[in-house]
Amino acid sequence: MTPLSAQICPFPSEEGESRGRRAIKRETEPDIAPQRSPASSRPCRSAKVAAERQKTLALKMPMELTQSRIQKIWLPNDNRPALPRRSCGPQLANSPTVIVMVGLPARGKTYISKKLTRYLNWIGVPTKVFNVGEYRREAVKHYSSYDFFRPDNEEAMKVRRQCALAALRDVKQYLTEEAGQIAVFDATNTTRERRGMILNFAKENGFKVFFIESVCNDPTVVATNVMEVKLSSPDYRDCNSTDAMEDFMKRINCYQASYQPLDPDDYDRELSLIKVIDVGRRFLVNRVQDHIQSRIVYYLMNIHVQPRTIYLCRHGESEFNLKGKIGGDSGLSNRGKKFALALNKFVEEQNLKDLKVWTSQLKRTIQTAEALQLPYEQWKALNEIDAGVCEEMTYEEIRDQHPEEFVLRDQDKYYYRYPSGESYQDLVQRLEPVIMELERQENVLVICHQAVMRCLLAYFLDKSADEMPYLKCPLHTVLKLTPVAYGCRVESISLNIEAVNTHRERPEEAKKGPNPLMRRNSVTPLASPEPTKKPRINSFEEHVAVSSALPGCVPQEVPTQLPGQPLLGKACLT
Amino acid sequence: MPMELTQSRIQKIWLPNDNRPALPRRSCGPQLANSPTVIVMVGLPARGKTYISKKLTRYLNWIGVPTKVFNVGEYRREAVKHYSSYDFFRPDNEEAMKVRRQCALAALRDVKQYLTEEAGQIAVFDATNTTRERRGMILNFAKENGFKEVKLSSPDYRDCNSTDAMEDFMKRINCYQASYQPLDPDDYDRELSLIKVIDVGRRFLVNRVQDHIQSRIVYYLMNIHVQPRTIYLCRHGESEFNLKGKIGGDSGLSNRGKKFALALNKFVEEQNLKDLKVWTSQLKRTIQTAEALQLPYEQWKALNEIDAGVCEEMTYEEIRDQHPEEFVLRDQDKYYYRYPSGESYQDLVQRLEPVIMELERQENVLVICHQAVMRCLLAYFLDKSADEMPYLKCPLHTVLKLTPVAYGCRVESISLNIEAVNTHRERPEVSAALPQPFPGVPFLSPMVTRQCRCPGWAWGDYCTVRCLEVPLELHRGSCSAKMWPIKGFPRENDSCMCLLPSVLAQMKVHPGIGLSWALTFAFAIICLPKEGMDYWMEKVASPKCPSWLAEPKLSGSSNISILCVFPGMPTAPRGYQSAVL
Repeated sequence: MTPLSAQICPFPSEEGESRGRRAIKRETEPDIAPQRSPASSRPCRSAKVAAERQKTLALKMPMELTQSRIQKIWLPNDNRPALPRRSCGPQLANSPTVIVMVGLPARGKTYISKKLTRYLNWIGVPTKVFNVGEYRREAVKHYSSYDFFRPDNEEAMKVRRQCALAALRDVKQYLTEEAGQIAVFDATNTTRERRGMILNFAKENGFKVFFIESVCNDPTVVATNVMEVKLSSPDYRDCNSTDAMEDFMKRINCYQASYQPLDPDDYDRELSLIKVIDVGRRFLVNRVQDHIQSRIVYYLMNIHVQPRTIYLCRHGESEFNLKGKIGGDSGLSNRGKKFALALNKFVEEQNLKDLKVWTSQLKRTIQTAEALQLPYEQWKALNEIDAGVCEEMTYEEIRDQHPEEFVLRDQDKYYYRYPSGESYQDLVQRLEPVIMELERQENVLVICHQAVMRCLLAYFLDKSADEMPYLKCPLHTVLKLTPVAYGCRVESISLNIEAVNTHRERPEEAKKGPNPLMRRNSVTPLASPEPTKKPRINSFEEHVAVSSALPGCVPQEVPTQLPGQPLLGKACLT
Repeated sequence: MPMELTQSRIQKIWLPNDNRPALPRRSCGPQLANSPTVIVMVGLPARGKTYISKKLTRYLNWIGVPTKVFNVGEYRREAVKHYSSYDFFRPDNEEAMKVRRQCALAALRDVKQYLTEEAGQIAVFDATNTTRERRGMILNFAKENGFKEVKLSSPDYRDCNSTDAMEDFMKRINCYQASYQPLDPDDYDRELSLIKVIDVGRRFLVNRVQDHIQSRIVYYLMNIHVQPRTIYLCRHGESEFNLKGKIGGDSGLSNRGKKFALALNKFVEEQNLKDLKVWTSQLKRTIQTAEALQLPYEQWKALNEIDAGVCEEMTYEEIRDQHPEEFVLRDQDKYYYRYPSGESYQDLVQRLEPVIMELERQENVLVICHQAVMRCLLAYFLDKSADEMPYLKCPLHTVLKLTPVAYGCRVESISLNIEAVNTHRERPEVSAALPQPFPGVPFLSPMVTRQCRCPGWAWGDYCTVRCLEVPLELHRGSCSAKMWPIKGFPRENDSCMCLLPSVLAQMKVHPGIGLSWALTFAFAIICLPKEGMDYWMEKVASPKCPSWLAEPKLSGSSNISILCVFPGMPTAPRGYQSAVL
């Protein structure tokens, strides 16, 4: 678990407003402060009366709290000038951070950027990748050859610099105006001059900078990487793979000449940085400054790129499922037991080496795992969401006995915390160590619960907080997750054992409800108001493909296009 | 059949109750699946090796990984009672070199014993280990025994302040300097798992992290710092529920509680701290307390009080009346006891781990929390065992001021002189807690007793050790049936279990477990009937039997503890050990 991370930062609007009110009060009613130094300001009263007044005030006023209804957070309800007050962990106290990737092409920079961004967004720290390569593709529609990257191609150099600047402008916009916490600046950044420029930019704006350099000198690893992701890049859409490979290798050479690696021993000793050497075999870490950097380092040290498969499923149907009750700790129904046996067969058929099986500490998952004839480990962190006072009730009972809670939950399911229970947001914090360990492991089967599976799935599929509580995770269905390129392929395998449906659709009113953008004070990807996400990398490539069907732009036209930002602005939204 | 489960009573863990051969089964995180690890410190003298060793060991024990430091310097002091001068450390002093090598070997022998027989998970080998030859020896040793190895090197302050160091000590350092071969992850040592801590945590080089626990060690080392600072721990002011004697819940402060909040404000002002961070839980009483401070504060859900599950908002009397069995169980093993649909202290420690990590990162912090939470945090700073943790005294309206000194932490307890109810429950006298609910079978419901069986109890199973206190007559040398005054226990098939000699030896050496516990173990074994006894006699007769088994203290009649071993419990209490049988 973590300090409540960024989660609570997107305050519901009522709090946002009241904070605003308080701030205004501070200006218009400065007489509130003198309560603490009373006698002098009220000469007409005796000091004793004033002191007593202060005492009663102090005893009463500052300690009255009201609880927010959705998140169940205690907040003071007086009119004191607002103190900086957060209910989240320490990282929010930090200034925004720019993560700067460093490294030659095909060293996994984009892979790291995307994966790290997915993780940070999931734990609740609004993060976005700014890939300069995409700005470049946007600016120069038609990629001809490595020639563009030659250090002596001045025209191209100018374009590339413009692209970097445009990306930095968007970074600034994201971190200062769009409530972003972390921007990942994904480019080669191989020269000191370029890194100096970024450092200056960050200093001017008060951003912290953390460098991630990926170093890899194993030619086979580089070649594999080129084969896997680079050849499918829009740059090589019309090329055969041998030509593309050759061109890309030449492109790498263009950088190689001017590459100045980070030098933590001397030139860069004051910088905060991590060098990831040989795909995670070795790390060099320098001057970690704060909580979030330390977590980033920990994450990078735990991920690996070995091929493997993760299987997610829920326990077999339980007695409570049959009765429509939530929570509790009931055993499997007969159909549930059938599922456990079918799962055993399924696992055998998958024929996996060293499959680890994880369960929660609730009876229904352990019963399911017992059928597998494999060792398994129980995690308390995988237990189902704690429904607090609503445990062991049916939805009808909740509606009757806690009508208000029932409505509140539909309003904002991710942030909604059951009375003396948990929210999806709490669950994400609880599951963070599980994700970290999943990243470390190879083949794993996780037998868990509906809400827990939704959280895990949201991590792997990069789903927003808004979508997460409505992801479909039916009983008796195994999700097979295989990491591919920058993402994860999902196969949904139903084991064909009947079960009740426990999915509750998002209520219609909530779909049309108030704009979540406003309520959460956030325009981060996680709280994105759009029903579907803004284009991520794959869809973006399609988008580019369409535009590149237009007559190609000639390079010299590009600078004139740059001032009119729309295209670049769009690119940064990926 | 394979899906019938019973729930263990203390930890509330579901276990299969059939007779299938036991599969390895644990309730903890994946770290237990790993083979034992030797952590080898590398570095010149006075580079903070011992500091890191001790701190890391304290952390690992706290999170539940049995760890012990083996400081070769102590072996050397034991061997050579009188230290004359740095002469001893000169590389050309052959006599001394021999002694030092002997000491290292003796320490390694003890490492082996600890990891293989005493259920230790991690041994920290604290010596300079500056030469490749010495490290090669340790590597071979680890390889022979199947231990994983991590190197931890803390070399070279860039600006080592030599004026402060005593001259002799400097010369001693020089003796090492000549032969110092730093770890070389680029070339010679590229296959080794290691972390280099450079310039007191300014920089780190990490090579080949192998598993979960190594990754956590690295993370921990990257977060600790040595800046002077102070941590203040206190509980919320007295709450309405405190007044009523109720546990849990989310009530507000009583009037005296509010007075405490104001007094705390005054106290904090007087301390005059730069950049004091204030952390609270998400419960009303801590937030109300923090609100009086006029300082920014941060709320952590992880700091919420232990979840008492079905017992929330009850008084202890109500719990005793409504859940009599639970009430007794909790007293039996408070650290592992999990409230029904609630938490145990063990769960709490897991939940608080990120808080500790962040506390290590921060400088001055005031943590306003709750009784059980404060006990867990305090146990970390004061290196208290799982056994002591749930009984640490954390009264209301008292601030504990923790200042890191040398290898430990100084504690000052500052009462703010506001009256409050006492919420501390003393550890009950065990005999007092005797078996009301199930006469004849103390502490155990019949269900659990049935689970105690030898047949399904495979080698390699983890077991849990429980204490039953009964009056009995003991005559040294005789192990007759009359020593089992508990009716119906053990039953025919329950025939009692034996502990390996290593378990006994462990009792002797494990910190925090006194002789009384050791005696307890002795009796568990002496009282074994039938086949267990035969096995045991064989082992006891061996020279490995610790000598205190034969101490005359053991004879006579008194109230004696008997330990029984229950198979199938996924984890043994930390601090005792997970005895691999």
